[in-house]
Order: sequence, then C-alpha cells, then structure tokens
Amino acid sequence: MKKTVFAGFGGQGVLMMGYAFAMAVMNDGKHITYLPAYGAEMRGGTANCTVAVSDEEIFSPVASAPDYAVILSNPSLIKYESMINNGGTVFINSSLVTKEVSRDDIHIVKVPAGDMARKLRNERISNMIMLGAFVSGSQLTSMESILDALAEITKGKKATLMKSNKKGLDAGAEYVLQGV
Amino acid sequence: MIGEAAIRAGCRFYAGYPITPQNELTEYMARSMDNIEDGTFVQAESEIAAINMVIGASMAGARAMTSSSSPGISLKQEGISFLAAQELPAVIVNTMRGGPGLGNIAPSQGDYFQATRGGGHGDYRTIVLAPDSGQELADLTRTAFEYADKYRSPVLMLADGMMGQMMEPVVFPEPIDVSLLPHKPWTLGGAEGRPSRIILSLLLNPAKQEELNWKLERKYETITREIPKAEKYMTDDAHLAVIAYGTAARIAKGAVKRVREMGLKVGLFRPITLWPYPKNDLRDLSRHIRDFLVFEMNTGQMVEDVKLSLEGKSNVHFYGRPGGTISTPDEIAKMINTLYHRQNLEEE
Amino acid sequence: MKKVFQRPRYLKKAVFHYCPGCGHSIIHRLIAEVIEELNIGEKTIGVPPAGCAVLAYDYLDVDMGEAPHGRGAAVATGLKRVLPDHIIFSYQGDGDIAAIGTAETIHAANRGENISVFFINNACYGMTGGQMAPTTLLGQESTTTPGGRRKDRDAAPIDLSEMLAIARGSVYIERTTVNSPKSIRKTKKAITKSFKIQMAGLGFSLIEILSPCPVNWKMAPVEAARWIDDEMIKTFPLKVIKDTAGKID
Repeated sequence: MKKTVFAGFGGQGVLMMGYAFAMAVMNDGKHITYLPAYGAEMRGGTANCTVAVSDEEIFSPVASAPDYAVILSNPSLIKYESMINNGGTVFINSSLVTKEVSRDDIHIVKVPAGDMARKLRNERISNMIMLGAFVSGSQLTSMESILDALAEITKGKKATLMKSNKKGLDAGAEYVLQGV
Repeated sequence: MIGEAAIRAGCRFYAGYPITPQNELTEYMARSMDNIEDGTFVQAESEIAAINMVIGASMAGARAMTSSSSPGISLKQEGISFLAAQELPAVIVNTMRGGPGLGNIAPSQGDYFQATRGGGHGDYRTIVLAPDSGQELADLTRTAFEYADKYRSPVLMLADGMMGQMMEPVVFPEPIDVSLLPHKPWTLGGAEGRPSRIILSLLLNPAKQEELNWKLERKYETITREIPKAEKYMTDDAHLAVIAYGTAARIAKGAVKRVREMGLKVGLFRPITLWPYPKNDLRDLSRHIRDFLVFEMNTGQMVEDVKLSLEGKSNVHFYGRPGGTISTPDEIAKMINTLYHRQNLEEE
Repeated sequence: MKKVFQRPRYLKKAVFHYCPGCGHSIIHRLIAEVIEELNIGEKTIGVPPAGCAVLAYDYLDVDMGEAPHGRGAAVATGLKRVLPDHIIFSYQGDGDIAAIGTAETIHAANRGENISVFFINNACYGMTGGQMAPTTLLGQESTTTPGGRRKDRDAAPIDLSEMLAIARGSVYIERTTVNSPKSIRKTKKAITKSFKIQMAGLGFSLIEILSPCPVNWKMAPVEAARWIDDEMIKTFPLKVIKDTAGKID
C-alpha cells in the first residue's frame, strides 16, 4: 500500500492532480481511495487530498504517514514534512516553496514547475508538470494511464486543454528523468 | 455514489437543503434529476420542508429521498415520525458529523442513538443501514429503497463525513425499470373509479391508536426476523472480536489484519443493519469469543446493543474517538494488543 | 318534485363535528361544490392541517394526505411535483400557515408551486382552546393574551397574505369571509378561480378566508358574524390582494 498526499493552495489544481492520479491507478486495476480535504478546510486557502493505492483492500483512506507528498506551497510543506514516512519522497514545486526540508531520512525532488510553466508559456500547467514529475518519480502508474484518465476527466472540454496538459506532464517527467 | 445508486434504484424525487459534509449528494441530484423523465429535484428552504416534500412525494407513490447531516437530521425527525406513522416509504441519508450542537464537519458516529431508537416522537423504529465502503453505499442504497417499499417504512442510511467525501471504485447495479415496480395500492392519486383514500396519523380514539401501535410493532418484529445483517471477518478461531460499523469498521479491519500478522487471534464483527441489530449473529459468536472490543467514533452508544445481544455471556470493552477524530488502524491495533494480553487471551 | 338543494357529491355523508357557527363546515362545503362543478374530484388531493380542520378528511370525499403542523405547502409541493396533472390543495389554519409553517408557505409561494392554498383565519388557536394566533387582533382577548393582545408584549397581527403577494411566484391572493350569503358566494368564486388557475398551470394561489370562531371568541354565532364585519376586516380588509392571472375561463 502506498499513500500520497497532494497539497497546496486552492486554485493550484491540487485536487485535480490527485483525482487524475486516482483515476489512473483505478483503471490500472488497483484498489484506490481518494479523500479530498473538505468543508471549512477547503475554504481558507489550502487544499489537499490523499490517494491510497494498494493491491489489497484499503482500510483507511487517511494518511497518517504518507509515502509520497506533492507540495505546492510553504504552509503545506510545514504541515506534511514531519508526517512523511521514513524513506518516503517529497516532490516540491521549488518555484513557489522557498522553505527548506530539514529531514534527511526522506528523498527530496525539487521541480521548478512554476518557472518551467512560464517557459512553456502556460502558467496554468504547473500542476501538470508536478504530476508528471510525481508519476515519473514514483512509478505508481504509467504516463499512458494518466493521459487516459485526464482525457476522461476533461471529456467535452477543448482539445487544446488536453494538449497543454500533455506538454506539462512530459516536461515534468523529463525533468525528473534527467535529474536521476 | 449514493445519488447515482439512488437514481438507478428508481428514486425519482429528491429534496434537500445544503449542509456539509454531504453537499456532493445534493449537487449530484440537482444535476441528474434534470435529465430524468419524471425526475424531480427541489432545493428546499429547510431540512423540515425537504422531509415534508418527501412525505408528499411518497404519498403520491414516488421513490423519494432526502439527505442531510446530523443537525439537519434532527430537524427532519418530526417528518420521519410522520413517515413511520403513515407507513410511507422513504430513504433518508445521514452523513454524520461531530456533535452535539453545531459540532464540526468531521466524520463521526454520534447519531447512533438517534438513528436506532426512532429519533422522533412516538412508538416507532426506522430501519438503519450502515455501509463501510463506496461499493456497499451503492449496494445498500438499492436495498434501502427496496426495504422502504416492502415494509412501508422510512429507511435511514447512516454514513459519515469520511464516506461522504471519499471516492473509490464502485460497480453500480444496473438501473431498474421504474415502470416495472410493484403497484402500491395505498397511494394518493385521485379517487378515480375507487373510494377516496386518506393517509393520516391522527387517531384520536386511543383504541385505534393502540391498534396502529401494535400493527407497527408486528411489522417491526417481522423486520427484526427478516433483515438483520452483519459481516464476520476472521471470527472463526478468534479469542477476541472487535465490533464496529461504517468507517470505524473499515479502520478496525485494518487493525485486525495487523494483529493477525502478529499472531493474535482476533476477528471483526461488523453490523450492517444497526436496527434491527444483528443480535443472533453476535450471540452465536459469544459461544467461543469471551471478549469483545466495541470501537466507535462516539462515546459508546452501540455498547448498549452489544450488551443486550450478549446478555452477559461475554466481556464487553470499549474504545471510542468522538468529535470527528479519526483513528488509524495502528492505533486500534495497539488497543487490541493491550487488551488481548491483559485478558490473557493468548493462553486460550 | 325538483331537488333544489342536496349534498355535494364530494362531501361525505357525515355530521360535521365543528362548533355551532364555525366557518369550517361552510368552507368545506364550498370546496366540495367547486370540485364537483369543475369535475376534478377524481384527480384532486387535499392536504389537511393540524388544527380543528385536521378532520377535514372525514368530510371531503377526495384523496387526502395529512401533513405535520404547518407543513402543508411542503407536502403539497411533493404531491404536485410527482403528480403535476392532479389538483392539489392544502387547507390550513392561521397558526398552521402563519406561525409554525410560515417558511414552508412563503417559499412555496415564491417558487410558484402550482397549488391552491386555503388559509382559514379565525384570529385564534381554535383547537388548542383559544390561545393567541399570529392573526389575533390588537386588543383581542385570548387565553394567552390576558387583557387583550398588546403590541409591546405580543406583537401586532401578521399580514401573511400581503407578504405572500410580494412573493414572485404567487399569482392570485384574495381575502374573503363566510359571514353572510353574499360573502359566501364571493368566497366560492375565489375558490373556483384558485382551482382554475391551478388547472391552467399558472402558479401559486391562496384564498384567506376570515372565519368565525364563536366559541373561542365567546360570542353567539350571529354576534361573531357581525364581529368580522365590525372589527376583523379593519385589520384584514376583504380584497383581491394580488391577481396577475387576469380573467380565467
């Protein structure tokens, strides 16, 4: 069982990342749960969701010690840094997150997703860049599955959206691969 | 999930009032009912109005549903009492949150008493179903509508904030053909070619009221015979069983799995119907299980039903996390482990 | 011999339990007559209230579904939405509609629910024994307004019909009474119009009927009928309060 937390500010597409990932692993035939942060927690600016992936039945959709965290804001890093499982990996949008990780028992993958998105002339795809980096780094699902899931989610919307999403995903994945 | 399952179960009338954490359901019904012939969605001015619209729709013969969360369910109790008295089918979903009072919007199981003891005024019961997964939510929603029609009774689906928000893969049952549902010979539809009909609950003559009370009681006895349901997980060789329902059961199952890996003989008893309580199944377990650990996301409301079922034959322990806090499987596993050794169960 | 007066088809063969001089029996009869005249008896469903008229189903020979106190408009909404081709009416007293059921009524009116509401205003809580109603007049004695209703202590009476006229979904609202042959005929006309508006699918209509309650007013029936003219209509003037339906056939 692997649990992943996606966290950032509302409007950054945090829930979308988690939802697309959940959908992809579901279509891979795995057990999954997707638990978005809700209610009042959803208002005041922060947003997060937890996706659990397993070959077996999942008992708790809550992650007290996530294996992966995808972090898009400083407050989210403060909130989740101490919770991440020993040996886990944190993916950080380093264009936005200025705070340093103080733990040395977890892997840190810094992706300047904001700058990369600006270079690609589409600031709205930084979440896709982060998702691409996460998929490539975690190997919990394939890029094909993510693309299929995104196509399903954005069904009925403009085809250009899917195109730019793919561009973002590829850029993120490539960045991680080069770094490794 | 409940919304889609309800529509597939033939629900054609939904009235609701927004309250967190169950707005997804109301919003889903708003989107979906529009596309369904004879489907009606009403955003009511209050939970009270919503349940009364359901009363009207049910009188007219529709499969009708409303949903809310704890404080809103309190407001619906008058209407639920009327549904019971007038023997009208309806499905009511309670996505429980922390309470009493306004409480919070985190998952809780604090409405167990309210749900299983009737909830409103008068001598009545409601059928209470407690799913523990997305799949069971979908499946039990259909069951709820079937029971409601079969027994002409309100049926309560008891979920919690966790289940209200969580998504997981679900295989929905095939939609039913509403036109093939059995004819309801008691509905109001205008007295065309038949004597006029009355659906009422005012019985000023005590003898008549007593008659209704006993009639309802006989119905509740039938329900108690026919539908109690529970899941037993690894209980065959267990020395100790956790008893939990809904989200708590899900977490407890994870804990049971963990302590099994440690060699402890522990199982899980999960009531799926909270009323009628699966008494007989639980009593059967007490033949070989001496200790039971009730785990709830409240201060121990189900303990009463467990003790009543066991009639003193086993030890009943309790661990609870009220107020919307969510335990981890590890936390429960620790509790089990401590209890297991304190009761010297490893020696049996 | 030609029959000139008989029981309306949709009035059951039963003796009214209402007090002498009470307006309910007259209004029940009017509704039954109109249902017969419009030939809608086989598709009409009534929603009786909690209050004296809770037993309306013992007299009106149409399908009836009882609502909890004050919730008539909500129950009627549920019925109407499932059975849009049927004629749905709720029958409600002043406490039922103007106190405990205010929210349900205002919102049904505002939604323009295509139902007919008959609001029986007798300026007191009749069934519970003559307590103050939201429509009790200033100065009027009741068991909970000793010395008469006082604005500073008990508030002034509520003008529910006028409030409902503001609601965007209401089509036709009229206040009538049943204290004389002439006013009874007028009330019947209003009831007819309300049903016709519903049959035409135009929306929410409500007839407020000032109705005598001699027992709780502690008056003889004739005196009570006169009191409506002398006192009650000063606070609740008889008139068409709203009519956007125009002429209806």
